[in-house]
Amino acid sequence: MEAYFDNSATTRCNRLAAELMTHILLEDYGNPSSLHTKGMNAEQYIKKAKAQLAKILKVNEKEIVFTSGGTESNNMALLGAAYANRRAGKHIISTGIEHASVYQPLIFLEQQGFEVTYLSVDHEGRISLEELEQAVREDTILVSIMHVNNEIGTIQPIEEAAKRIKQKNPNTLFHVDAIQSFGKLRIYPSRMGIDLLSVSGHKIHGPKGIGFLYIRDKIKVQPIIYGGGQQKNMRSGTENVAGIAGLGLAAEELYRDFEEKIDKLYALRQYFIDGIQRLEGVTINGKLSREEAAAHVVSVSFAHIRAEVLLHALEERGIFVSTGSACSSNHPAISGTLKAIGVKPELLDATVRFSFSVDNTTEEADYVLETLAELLPALRRFRRF
Amino acid sequence: MNYQAFLIKYGEIGVKGKNRHIFEDTLVSQLGNAMNRVDGEFKVSRENGRIYVQALSGYDYEEAVDALTKVFGVVGVCPVVMVEDEGFDKLAEDVISFIDHAYEDKNFTFKVAARRARKNYPLDSMELAAELGGRILDAFPEVSVDVHTPQVVINVEIRSHINIYSQTIPGPGGMPVGTAGKAMLLLSGGIDSPVAGYMISKRGVKLEATYFHAPPYTSERAKQKVVDLARIVSRYSGPIKLNVVNFTDIQLYIYEKCPHDQLTIIMRRYMMMIAEHFAKESGCLGLITGESIGQVASQTMQSLAVTNEVCTLPVYRPLIGFDKQEIVDISEKIDAYETSIQPFEDCCTIFVAKHPVTKPNLSAIQKSETHLQEKIDELMKTAIETTEVICVEA
Repeated sequence: MEAYFDNSATTRCNRLAAELMTHILLEDYGNPSSLHTKGMNAEQYIKKAKAQLAKILKVNEKEIVFTSGGTESNNMALLGAAYANRRAGKHIISTGIEHASVYQPLIFLEQQGFEVTYLSVDHEGRISLEELEQAVREDTILVSIMHVNNEIGTIQPIEEAAKRIKQKNPNTLFHVDAIQSFGKLRIYPSRMGIDLLSVSGHKIHGPKGIGFLYIRDKIKVQPIIYGGGQQKNMRSGTENVAGIAGLGLAAEELYRDFEEKIDKLYALRQYFIDGIQRLEGVTINGKLSREEAAAHVVSVSFAHIRAEVLLHALEERGIFVSTGSACSSNHPAISGTLKAIGVKPELLDATVRFSFSVDNTTEEADYVLETLAELLPALRRFRRF
Repeated sequence: MNYQAFLIKYGEIGVKGKNRHIFEDTLVSQLGNAMNRVDGEFKVSRENGRIYVQALSGYDYEEAVDALTKVFGVVGVCPVVMVEDEGFDKLAEDVISFIDHAYEDKNFTFKVAARRARKNYPLDSMELAAELGGRILDAFPEVSVDVHTPQVVINVEIRSHINIYSQTIPGPGGMPVGTAGKAMLLLSGGIDSPVAGYMISKRGVKLEATYFHAPPYTSERAKQKVVDLARIVSRYSGPIKLNVVNFTDIQLYIYEKCPHDQLTIIMRRYMMMIAEHFAKESGCLGLITGESIGQVASQTMQSLAVTNEVCTLPVYRPLIGFDKQEIVDISEKIDAYETSIQPFEDCCTIFVAKHPVTKPNLSAIQKSETHLQEKIDELMKTAIETTEVICVEA
């Protein structure tokens, strides 16, 4: 049996999306900027995808800019908004649990003379709205908060955060990294007070190498890539037509019968958590309630286990998971989020992330739980010195 | 400039008496193997005691030189311009054009070394050298002649055609692989063992390798890294048969039965035994390790003696007197360093004691090993039987 429980790292591409992309690559391969019909045909796919995404977010099609993925979306949001608004101020607010694709651009901006305030989180990974409100100043041009944390799945109070920010300073822009929440939650940027929203294709059963940034109409963002002026100068470079079409279709498919799918995903998560809690020496990190935790992430610390050894032992049995967070696990530095929420030092290296998709089943969960029950005692017999 | 051929200089193998032809034949065949990986058609030939690699089609110069300078036994590679004999004036023109292209800065001293393999050429060697020298001086006012310690020697050889060459690109030296038998390299994912394999292979030795992995304690990526390292070494040594031994059960058994401060040393003894088993099976004449005295606890003189004791084949340790930086320098030179430093755990580090023994006593170790009697033979047998063999080629 195989159980892919690493859907926060990436997902399997939706078959219809993959087939559509193959068709585009082989048949409708025109450059959307070309004046002939092949170009026009290609352009239609982009329009269609924009319409699909705009409908899901209830935004205007012109507010969507396609990028090479989540990292570029976050970079464009932060660097683009900071530079376009630097005359209004040089203060930015973010949190201590952001993904590297937010954190690293912020470090770059600090080197360029911007000031960044990092909000703390509680032991379940939630920011404090009071702390946020106090941090907003007259010269605060941008607030960037991730919607769902990639390592522990905690949901931030985005809508409430937007209200507090705008009350204090109506000119402050609000960016939300929705890479782990799009496809798991309903997100309506205009109603929720979000000005910039980053989304990645491959986390929602779309292809890799594609994503988009929602940019609310009329707000000032400077491009970060210059060239032929595609996408109304916001993002030069020949559009990744196949990727864009694949992303649009994957999103449409995912949001079809959405509530039903998400209920099922929460049920699977709960089933898995119940099973995990019956094991010995386990701690679940982050929030447990449906209001404050995403449906697809369960972070578990296993006492006296090295997460990487457990990962490889699971992999031998066809089970695929991540340690801490897949994005940082190539790096010797230990997970930022886990430290920030106060996971005990001896458990940092003992934490595994299980992440689900709508394709996972309770049979798979049972298989993973049974395998864990069998592996944990065996692995604990051979401790390190 | 178009070089139509390369003259291969080889040092040591030229003086091997009656065995000389064996060394030369092997070098010719190794050069052929190396050029097979280069786009284009080449002919490797021996002619009057010299080895030429001749291009029979268009080719990429950098790629060809890179391949030739990885062949052990090659001391230097001289790119050669070949011209037809169309009289002395034409030859002088060709030599001048050769210098013009090969040396941007003409501020050097030179001499012409002429040689006639074909004695019917109208000028003898001395006359030819003098005449060409004169023409060169006329063409380039900046150059000057120095017959004793010239900076540049322009070689002109009259054969059925005429060879012009002056530069020598250094090769790796050593002996052609295949002239000195075969040895078993204990290959880990570290910096040292690929360098050790390179050094022994440089003396003409064919390589096989054994790697110990310990899933789930070591990952598939760690194993892939070792395959990648074997491939890097095989650019020099030729194809390597890599034995991948699953060592987990033996390691855990030692962990359970023996004192923890002796784990590494006992583990290494069993690794040597398994590697020697494969070595003998495939006709290897020795084992190769990357050990260097005192580098880590298991590489003290005492530890080396204790691990050595299980082997009957000689164990070659080419890095034994090297400092780490010297090893790193060679690792970088052979392009293995970047791969070696990828941070994947290998099986030697997963259960390292905080204070491993540094001066193990053989009888104490042997006594500890008696605790393994019950299952170790069976575990060794299984490890050997389940070994995966990967043929690695550049």
